[in-house]
Amino acid sequence: MDKDCVIKTEHLKKEYILGVIGSGTLRRDLQSWYAKKRGREDPNRRIGAQEYKKGDIFTALEDFNVEIKRGERVGIIGPNGAGKSTFLKLLSRITSPTEGRIAYRGRIASMLEVGTGFSGELTGRENIYLNGAILGMTRAEVDSKIDEIIRFSECETFIDTPVKRYSSGMFVKLAFAVAAHLDAEILIMDEVLAVGDMKFQKKCITKMRELAIDENRTVLYVSHNMGTIQELCSRCLVLDHGKKVYDGEVDEAIKLYLGGDKDELYMYDYVDDRYKEKVRRKLVNLERAKFFGRSSSFFYDDEPVPIQLEWQFLEDTERLGLRVEISDTRHYPITAFIMNDVGGGKKGGRSSLKFKLDIAALAQGHYCVRYVFFTCAHPEAEPEPVEIAAGLTIRKRLRTENGVRWHASWGSLVSKGVEIVDRS
Amino acid sequence: MSNDTITYIESKQKLFSIDFRELIRYRDLIFLFVKRDLVNSYKQTILGPIWILINPLLSTSVFTVIFGVIAGISTDGVPPFLFYMSGNVLWNFFSANLNKGSGTFLGNARIFGKVYFPRLVMPIANMVFNFINFGLQTLLYVLFVVIFALSGAEVHPNWLIVLTPVLVLQTALLGMGIGLIVSSITTKYRDLNILVNFGISLLMYITPVVYPISEAPLGLGTMLLLNPVAPIVETYRYAFLGCGAFHWVYWLLSLGVTALFVLIGLLIFHKVEKDYIDTV
Repeated sequence: MDKDCVIKTEHLKKEYILGVIGSGTLRRDLQSWYAKKRGREDPNRRIGAQEYKKGDIFTALEDFNVEIKRGERVGIIGPNGAGKSTFLKLLSRITSPTEGRIAYRGRIASMLEVGTGFSGELTGRENIYLNGAILGMTRAEVDSKIDEIIRFSECETFIDTPVKRYSSGMFVKLAFAVAAHLDAEILIMDEVLAVGDMKFQKKCITKMRELAIDENRTVLYVSHNMGTIQELCSRCLVLDHGKKVYDGEVDEAIKLYLGGDKDELYMYDYVDDRYKEKVRRKLVNLERAKFFGRSSSFFYDDEPVPIQLEWQFLEDTERLGLRVEISDTRHYPITAFIMNDVGGGKKGGRSSLKFKLDIAALAQGHYCVRYVFFTCAHPEAEPEPVEIAAGLTIRKRLRTENGVRWHASWGSLVSKGVEIVDRS
Repeated sequence: MSNDTITYIESKQKLFSIDFRELIRYRDLIFLFVKRDLVNSYKQTILGPIWILINPLLSTSVFTVIFGVIAGISTDGVPPFLFYMSGNVLWNFFSANLNKGSGTFLGNARIFGKVYFPRLVMPIANMVFNFINFGLQTLLYVLFVVIFALSGAEVHPNWLIVLTPVLVLQTALLGMGIGLIVSSITTKYRDLNILVNFGISLLMYITPVVYPISEAPLGLGTMLLLNPVAPIVETYRYAFLGCGAFHWVYWLLSLGVTALFVLIGLLIFHKVEKDYIDTV
């Protein structure tokens, strides 16, 4: 194993046996065995259970190879059942791999759940010792950090009260505080931050970044919250159906996970309603969106984004408005461009529109575009959407001539409007 | 801080590769679990840990009345109260070890499913917990022996007392050995769990807890002594009270059986622990 490498997996595979373990009693196992032997249907198979071939085996993780270096902050994302938790479970030795091997350097502290092993009757302080010991610390190690842990947990007042009287938020804080102060070289977290309040979440993320950057610890973090992934991680793995589908830059990984196939295109034909949203009264059917006059979705610096839309009117429409909304890959809205009148048309008529968006202020990254067609009964009325569709991805790139590299965690808009008035 | 040892997690493991050094590193955890169990057992009770002493006193009194007074079973001339207390305390120690041991996997599935520590920490912590209870009860028992002896009752403690630490350890290991086997099997078949519950109380009746082995008809007595717990209980009573006899052949046999159970228990436990969480 490389000197810098702290975790290395080789052809890791985990299979779960389905069905057999469901029954739980010897009698039923014998019954099933007897039925199978006589070629009958298993009387204990759950009705409607999916028939898995190959002797009822489900592969949760397959041929998984990854190398993680010291000090890396690795995010792991993917849909439910992709194998994220299985990987963490294997790594934290809760269950063993079916095939393959993991090698790691140093100690692993894993937090697959908040407050594992907390005992309600014990006080906060006693639980810190217990939890620390469960996670692999000795008494002396906890002793040397207890003050720091208590301060971090923000539970000073209640530290000598049994934790069964704690609110769930305090519980989480205390549990996280213990885990964050472990002396382990590798920290594993599974979705644990989902519980605490925003302020505490932020504090935890900062703490974990510090651990990784200042003390060269390695952090593995699983979450469905792309915001925290983006904030914390320096590298990201995307899993799907037990396989690693992407390993690399965080932005790219999040886009891959959230985006799907349509993002790769510079032109999009709407053949079905997959990327459309329901509206109460549909007056328009958007048929195609494309970047006109170019065949890539990369845009550099203050290059404008040329978009052409083609649609068909489903009803007679007099005055159609169009709002082009820009959001980041997490689908947080960034800004919108509004055109109050893009013309009208008769039922069945087609229309085409070309416009250019000024995205000079956007930071480097990927942005999703959404089109909202609307009508207004009269100028003061609330616009009523008549067609909503998503499509096209803008990939903004900055040539780093002006020195500073922009970080995604700073925001999505690069503001230039600051002027030093006085410096003394 | 930097720790550079490389650990390998592999699909195949050696048959017997218990990492005792790792267990020693987790010794603090063992004591914290014991503390947790002590706190949990007696939190919000009025008498608290005094219950540890009340328990054997009450059951011994009941035994004395039922088996001594009503059934009139002979106690080889020793005061019935001491006779029953001797058997009762040791038997409770054995059954507690067996009971707790057999719940290791099922009872801790939640915590085992979320965090790694050497799984043997749990049964060891249980054993220590039982040792504490047993130690306190033994103190009480010794106190009674001394009181009865001073008041001139037929009580003859003898040289076999030096053997009692071995007997006690043997009791614990035998209970835990069987417990570990049961625990490993119950991860798949819960039936055994039910069996253990009443099996323990049945086992008590073929163990000379409420009667001396000398009361049994000759052939039956030999049969009863083949039960690995029987020679331990008999010898323990003989050491303190001087009643019965020291059946050293059967005791050595029982020692061998204990070793076998512990070995098999550890082997199965080790085999099951690595991925029982998938099937539990």
